Amino acid sequence: MAELIARSPCGGLLPLTIGELSLTEEPPEPMTLIMPFRGQTGAVSKAMTAAHGLGFPEPGRIAGEGDAKAIWFGRGKAMLVGVEPDRSLTGLAAMSDQSDAWAVVRLTGPQSEAVLARLVPVDLRAPVFGPGQTVQSQVMHMTGSISRIGAQAFRIMVFRSMAATLVHDLKTAMEAVVARR
Amino acid sequence: MRITCPICGERDRREFYYRGAALDRPDPEAGQEAWDDYVYLRDNPAGRTRDLWYHDAGCGSWLVVERDTVSHAILNVALALDADA
Repeated sequence: MAELIARSPCGGLLPLTIGELSLTEEPPEPMTLIMPFRGQTGAVSKAMTAAHGLGFPEPGRIAGEGDAKAIWFGRGKAMLVGVEPDRSLTGLAAMSDQSDAWAVVRLTGPQSEAVLARLVPVDLRAPVFGPGQTVQSQVMHMTGSISRIGAQAFRIMVFRSMAATLVHDLKTAMEAVVARR
Repeated sequence: MRITCPICGERDRREFYYRGAALDRPDPEAGQEAWDDYVYLRDNPAGRTRDLWYHDAGCGSWLVVERDTVSHAILNVALALDADA
């Protein structure tokens, strides 16, 4: 019988260090997309606060600062990360387990803003995009989620099938930024 | 060209997908003429238009965008959810 070996989305591609920039894959964790039913956002937020200690995030925001986080993921959508959704959400929101569906990487380094400036058509510089903020936008030609998780650190998510393209695009941009120093 | 999404703020045009004119859908019983007009007939104005755009690389909202085809100015952007259409 075939022996199946689990492989992470960016397995074999990361980690990567170029100059002072580093690109690593985030460890796998539970991820559930939560989409409150019509008029239920308040009730969902209340249930999430009771169960997970974080509310349903406002547009462009990340709720929670510990291991459990809720990343705003579009109109009426949030990705609950790091924890399985509580049963009390049943009936209040549509939920879908997407733990295996995303390539999740972390870009760190003093020039990480300059790298993303080459790929993302949104201003992600610190004064307008601080810790706890997130955008749904594009990374090169891919739809993605970009969040600031530190003064010089970003969490970038694209569909798992595009992991190799994500690493390629980020690597190219990292090399170009470092070469200009 | 930039479109100010009511949810995401000002974003580049590449994040959006163009659908077409934002029209009021006729009543199912409105008759052949009204439906022919709705499905096939379009104005081609030099000036103000009202279009549907989809923020596909952003928040996933349908937007009603009023713009001027002569000056390329974007005059108003609203969620289709809230618009009268």
